[in-house]
Amino acid sequence: MSKEKYTEMRNQPWRDELRKAVPMKERTAGERVKMNEVDPAERIKSQLLEVNLGLTPEQAQAEAKRCMDCANHPCINGCPVGIDIPTFVKQIEKGEFGKAANTLREYSSLPAVCGRVCPQEKQCEAQCTYHKMKKEPVAIGYLERFAADYAIKNPGECPKPEKKPANGIKIAAIGAGPTSLAFAGDMAKLGYDVTVFEALHEIGGVLKYGIPEFRLPNSIVDSELKAMEELGVKFVTNFLVGRTATLEQLSEEHGFKAFYVGSGAGLPRFMNIPGENLNGVMSSNEYLTRVNLMGAGSEDSETPVLRGNTVMVVGGGNTAMDSVRTAKRLGAERAIIVYRRSREEMPARLEEVHHAEQEGIEFMTLHNPIEYIGTEKGRVRAVRLQKMELGEPDASGRRKPVPIKDAIVELPIDLAVVAVGVSPNPLLLRTLKGVELSKWGTIVVNEETNQSSDPDIFAGGDIVRGGATVILAMGDGRKAAASMDEYLRKKYNLD
Amino acid sequence: MNKVVSNRLLANNIHAIEVEAPLIARSRKPGNFVILRVGDKGERIPLTIADADVEKGTITLVVQKVGASSAKIVSLQPGDMVTDLVGPLGQNTHISKVGTVLALAGGLGAAPLLPIVKGFKEAGNRVLTVLAARNKDLLILREELGAYSDELLIMTDDGSEGKKGVVTVGGEEFINREKVDLAIAIGPAIMMKFAAQMTKKYDIPTICSLNTIMVDGTGMCGACRVTVGGETKFTCVDGPEFDGHAIDFDELLNRLGAYKEEECKLPVK
Ligand SMILES: Cc1cc2nc3c(=O)[nH]c(=O)nc-3n(C[C@H](O)[C@H](O)[C@H](O)COP(=O)(O)OP(=O)(O)OC[C@H]3O[C@@H](n4cnc5c(N)ncnc54)[C@H](O)[C@@H]3O)c2cc1C
Ligand SMILES: Cc1cc2nc3c(=O)[nH]c(=O)nc-3n(C[C@H](O)[C@H](O)[C@H](O)COP(=O)(O)OP(=O)(O)OC[C@H]3O[C@@H](n4cnc5c(N)ncnc54)[C@H](O)[C@@H]3O)c2cc1C
Ligand code: SF4
Ligand code: SF4
Ligand code: FES
Repeated sequence: MSKEKYTEMRNQPWRDELRKAVPMKERTAGERVKMNEVDPAERIKSQLLEVNLGLTPEQAQAEAKRCMDCANHPCINGCPVGIDIPTFVKQIEKGEFGKAANTLREYSSLPAVCGRVCPQEKQCEAQCTYHKMKKEPVAIGYLERFAADYAIKNPGECPKPEKKPANGIKIAAIGAGPTSLAFAGDMAKLGYDVTVFEALHEIGGVLKYGIPEFRLPNSIVDSELKAMEELGVKFVTNFLVGRTATLEQLSEEHGFKAFYVGSGAGLPRFMNIPGENLNGVMSSNEYLTRVNLMGAGSEDSETPVLRGNTVMVVGGGNTAMDSVRTAKRLGAERAIIVYRRSREEMPARLEEVHHAEQEGIEFMTLHNPIEYIGTEKGRVRAVRLQKMELGEPDASGRRKPVPIKDAIVELPIDLAVVAVGVSPNPLLLRTLKGVELSKWGTIVVNEETNQSSDPDIFAGGDIVRGGATVILAMGDGRKAAASMDEYLRKKYNLD
Repeated sequence: MNKVVSNRLLANNIHAIEVEAPLIARSRKPGNFVILRVGDKGERIPLTIADADVEKGTITLVVQKVGASSAKIVSLQPGDMVTDLVGPLGQNTHISKVGTVLALAGGLGAAPLLPIVKGFKEAGNRVLTVLAARNKDLLILREELGAYSDELLIMTDDGSEGKKGVVTVGGEEFINREKVDLAIAIGPAIMMKFAAQMTKKYDIPTICSLNTIMVDGTGMCGACRVTVGGETKFTCVDGPEFDGHAIDFDELLNRLGAYKEEECKLPVK
């Protein structure tokens, strides 16, 4: 957002008044709001129960009051898509929740999702002026979720987005994860005829098959999808682009003029250690897909999932936290995170690590699996772990874990879930001619426009970034929509 | 949703089911499979595309009733809907003119083998086929395989039809009689293991098509991994066909049992 626009927004009379209504001292005296949550003992009984309950209107307004409406708005700089945070927060303070939601909508296609899953402590909240005062930052994520949920419950207060007249140009998005959804929504608003193709039988990508319902309910994702359908976006499930039909066929026979590739980074990595193919050792993608997409945790689902009394999850990211907390909910007595670095280096959201601790998850940091040991029947029964210590910083700037000589322990387990990262799924890419790929197998795009080396193909999200966040994927989709619109307008003389 | 066009009983518990899927019918190649799901709570089940009719826009699946999910599939009647159907998945069979091809079908393996036999025959090869099953009631696709084979040998474990004996015996008969350039063995994992051991003795390159456990079928979960030549491969995207002499069959057999009912419950301490 430009400085001028921000100043204009900030200087509106209502905002001026609101700022002056409460002395700064009073604003900064309050404590950061605590999220209302379901009791840990209660919540680990269900895979479906959302842990965070959201804020009440009173809590939200009190928290919004803490925000000092800073003239230099550092928080905005911390948000990858530059949401006008102070404006929406002040609208909440004033009690205009619907307007706050509309402000969010200007910048984000998925505010109810990002309010829940953004790593706020590393982004917007990390920049908040409160840190300089050695105080806890404004709970921007909670407030974002509050306003977005309000809009879902009170659709009347949020006007439907305006839609330009149809221009008859057909375009397609490949993959139905957050990046394609954001792209499709924007393109539909711009008047394009948009179809989203998805290989699985559900729309939502990782939001559906990866992130569990206790963190992000499917109903929230579905309400976003409904909004897109209302805009005229068409969804085709069970369609594996590249196989069911190729891009050439889609363009030549079905008249699609341009494509947005948002096929994600769905290829799980394994560690290539002995015993990894024993029964009871699986990728986090398999574990979470069985439980989240196929509902394997519930009685009436026909898809099975292996259970364990002692479950080890390898990794320290969000995927690892989701897996280990799922294991707890499926009845594990001990659910253990094994991570090769220390707690400080864990890439997972702080809140998830905190929730995991509350739920009785054990953490074995500075340990790394080197071998699985099986029963005679070929099911894993133990894992050998190499103890590690932190050495010199590596390329990522984090201190590199190095093995401690002869320090190996054996841990009895009956299930292991490997969550050590993903790579781009090569399936579609093999069929894309003329699209430049990086050495990691990601699609190379122009950073300004998200256009690939084939001008009719744009790309974004994890297929370009190789594993990132929902907000970055969402932002890519919006950026690509704006630049594809410009490109197509020129190409087809639309103006 | 895809409509079922016909359901024909081929043998005891084995059905040929024709389903509307025009795009898949057009793009599929021998060796490909689909994943389907029946009902909202249904499992995702991989099934080989046994045949396709591009004009009619249909594919044919040959399904054996073995458990709950396959029972649901074979109970579908014309007009019923398959909830979800995605494909074609997997690599195509590499079909070329190699000379003489020995095709070994064990039981239901006849279904995935049919399009391959057809492909090799049409590519100008001499095709020798052994169709084997436990007993005569389980022999399927005999005419269809016969139509594309230069010779068809029927074998049953109990001698109720054709020659008595297992599939490898019939295969070896052909090998001892004439030069075979390529063998393709499809059937239960245990049958493929012995077939590959047999052809290894004669140094005949051998392809096997694996029926591992799968979830997504697009390379996303790794449930389908197998060890081939010491390397981990994903059957759904790297396969389902692999060099039979390089497959770790013992690991495959073990992994196929991973979801035996009792295994899924919490182990009793
Ligand atoms: C378990 C887990 C937890 C996470 N937690 C968080 C979190 O808390 N916060 C956060 O910000 N990020 C989190 N992430 C990361 C985040 O989910 C991803 O960065 C984001 O989903 C990427 O979006 P995308 O649209 O690029 O891809 P995806 O969400 O991966 O969607 C891609 C879609 O494309 C489909 N597809 C692939 N190939 C084809 C094809 N050929 N034809 C048709 N469809 C195809 C796939 O089936 C999939 O549905 C998490 C990821 C995981 C796995
Ligand atoms: C690439 C691929 C292609 C396939 N093509 C076909 C096909 O064309 N036709 C077909 O019928 N099946 C095919 N299968 C196997 C099919 O997917 C399984 O048979 C099916 O999943 C069984 O599901 P179910 O729930 O009915 O049985 P389950 O409840 O899973 O199993 C019931 C019992 O049958 C056993 N069993 C399961 N599968 C098999 C099998 N394949 N052979 C012998 N015993 C088994 C189990 O061990 C168990 O004891 C294929 C599998 C793959 C991976
Ligand atoms: S989108 Fe994420 S980073 Fe941006 S303001 Fe919202 S929670 Fe913060
Ligand atoms: S930096 Fe913090 S206090 Fe300042 S405007 Fe942003 S959220 Fe409010
Ligand atoms: S079935 Fe999931 S990767 Fe092969």
